[in-house]
Amino acid sequence: MKRVMKELTGGNAILSVLAVVASFIVGGILIAVSSESVQTTIGYVTARPSDFFTALWNSVFGAYDAMFRGAIFNYKATSFVQMIKPITETLAYATPITMAGLGLAVAFRSGLFNIGATGQIIFGAMFAGWVGIFVDLPFYLHFPLAVLAGIIGGGLFGALVGLLKATTGANEVIVTIMLNYIAGMLLSFLLKTPILQAPGSINPVSPPVRDTSKYWFFLGDQFRVHGGLIAMLLAVVFTWWLLNRSTLGFRFRALGHNPSAAKVAGINIGLTYVLVMGISGALSGLAGTSQVLGSEKFLTLGVAASFGFDAITVALLGRSNPWGVLVAGLLFGGLRAGAVTMQANQGVPIDIVLVVQSLIVLFIAAPPLVRAMFRIKESKKEVAK
Amino acid sequence: MKTVSRTTALKGLALAAVASLALAGCAAAPAAPTATPVDYKACMVSDAGGFNDASFNQEAYAGLQQAVAELGVQEAKVESPEAATQTDYVSGIDSMIAEGCNLIVTVGFNLATATRDAAKANPDVNFALIDSALSNDDYSPLSLPNVKPIQYDTAEAAYLAGYLAAATSKTGKVATYGGMLFPSVTIFMDGFKQGVEAYNTAKGKKVVVLGATGTDSSKWAATGDFNDQAKGKTLTEGFFAQGADIVLPVAGPVGVGTGQATLDKKGTYVIGVDSDWFGLATHAAYKANILTSIEKKMAKAVLDVIKSGVEGSFTGGDENQYVGNLSNEGVQISAQHDVAYPAGVQAELDALKADIISGKIVVASGYKK
Repeated sequence: MKRVMKELTGGNAILSVLAVVASFIVGGILIAVSSESVQTTIGYVTARPSDFFTALWNSVFGAYDAMFRGAIFNYKATSFVQMIKPITETLAYATPITMAGLGLAVAFRSGLFNIGATGQIIFGAMFAGWVGIFVDLPFYLHFPLAVLAGIIGGGLFGALVGLLKATTGANEVIVTIMLNYIAGMLLSFLLKTPILQAPGSINPVSPPVRDTSKYWFFLGDQFRVHGGLIAMLLAVVFTWWLLNRSTLGFRFRALGHNPSAAKVAGINIGLTYVLVMGISGALSGLAGTSQVLGSEKFLTLGVAASFGFDAITVALLGRSNPWGVLVAGLLFGGLRAGAVTMQANQGVPIDIVLVVQSLIVLFIAAPPLVRAMFRIKESKKEVAK
Repeated sequence: MKTVSRTTALKGLALAAVASLALAGCAAAPAAPTATPVDYKACMVSDAGGFNDASFNQEAYAGLQQAVAELGVQEAKVESPEAATQTDYVSGIDSMIAEGCNLIVTVGFNLATATRDAAKANPDVNFALIDSALSNDDYSPLSLPNVKPIQYDTAEAAYLAGYLAAATSKTGKVATYGGMLFPSVTIFMDGFKQGVEAYNTAKGKKVVVLGATGTDSSKWAATGDFNDQAKGKTLTEGFFAQGADIVLPVAGPVGVGTGQATLDKKGTYVIGVDSDWFGLATHAAYKANILTSIEKKMAKAVLDVIKSGVEGSFTGGDENQYVGNLSNEGVQISAQHDVAYPAGVQAELDALKADIISGKIVVASGYKK
């Protein structure tokens, strides 16, 4: 287990990149196989081979081209706004995924396998949402208060895990998975009671948050990217500083390398568990604020979407390095944004993107496979380990 | 040595591949298509269940496919991912607008807010919203000239299914549950309840409906989502344990769980929703246990609205909303399949149907105050 953790969170960047490349190649094969025109034309490939190869090229190139147009730059659009909209969509999706990914990176580097980003996002969103909906304050007080509430909400829910581990020795993997359900069910309950449910609605949705608590939509209303992006970049810098430049981060990493040695060195293990999980949860809580005060604007049962689990992959792909997490988060944001256009324009099932994401996990978890595929020798550093 | 064997293996594989290609590839090439399509693009955005949910989304998508086949329109579609958020719905609709769609059909209550915002921003694109009307942020009703709400008074068909279930039940207990308790879900359960009560009044029986006790529909049984079949199965097994022998799941694909549960207990039946489950491959394993299905003929409504768009006669706004009921054949219960009905029930159902259409019986629902 320890070795696997090291392999997953250590490793080197080139393997991450190759894992992504390999996933796209396999994804391309799947797109070709699942394409109807390829299936039809292979039936008479000997009679008219050009049809088959045209169909093959169109399906694979068309799909990835559509993904590019959906995620980065739409060169076929007629207006400038429509042309640059895709990259802003990618940034909008990447914001919560990266924030939660950073939270998980902090935990992974400290040797804690936090699977609870979903629950921590939900708690952040509930706290931030409640302040955003029911508190009436001017903008300069309301917005910071709502964001702070979200960070505290996620942080407390995370710290609870650290506390349980420190006091009872509970396994954080199991506790965080279970707390995801508890958070989801609690949200579902609160959305059916006047505490969060919109008055007059019989559906489980909250009223919209007040305008004074919303993130700043700095590109205007026609884009969905919002001030959460700036918060995300600040969070990257903060996490980098925390892990690499602060004494607290040094303790975290010491704990991750060897808890017994850390204890002998005089580090308070129990307190550190609580702090690690608290900060990890706070970053996921920030992702929750980005959802409820930015993208969604009201609370629904789906407020955390699949971001909590995407964040695990993002943290692993980024090798639990804040800058790596940022790059991985942008990639996942792009995949999610591009998937829509790929589907709308080329009829490629949305599940293909899910498959590509899953393949990335698979390839990251099996470095020898990637090395064999690209014929790379194991580096000396890794052998030494 | 190792390299040699690997190359040989590869050669063998390549040979096999070529052989299979040659065998598979000797059919004649088809003639190039000649038909000229209509310059009209009809599009659809699904809810989280996806277009192959063997229920709600699939039924709506069938209408789009018919339009492609019969009217020659272009199509484009987006499936919302599982665990979809408002952001996913908005970007799904946005991408359809970017594709240049003339008409966008949004499938399900969850897409109402996203549809409203997109319709306001794009007044020259038409929308058809299935299962919901529009509302403002404060839940006051809203009517937009380019949005046509397509809704169903499914209570009428569910009433017939409830009557049939009460007549067929041997244990005197039937049950129902929803996915999420949206109005478009509880209307099934409510109509079902009224049908059972009608049977009790007519025959002096006391058939009980589990899962929809009391008048507060927000307290009725629900799985909490429209994805998790395991929850549907667990809930259904619970109802069977309490003595029910017929269950109506109003939860899209979650209902598959109920169907599977009927296989484990002899003499139990499931009632399908949205489309006739008997003919769908997804439900084939337990089709002998499908008592009937409460059908929402969404395909027809979708086809009609696309047709009106092609002909330039699209009408939107609340005053032009489509409400499917027994009289316009927008809803119905499926014809009898494998399960034997008690003697005389078919005739009673026909009479009830005629009475509902003529207005002699009024099935209470949100559409009839």
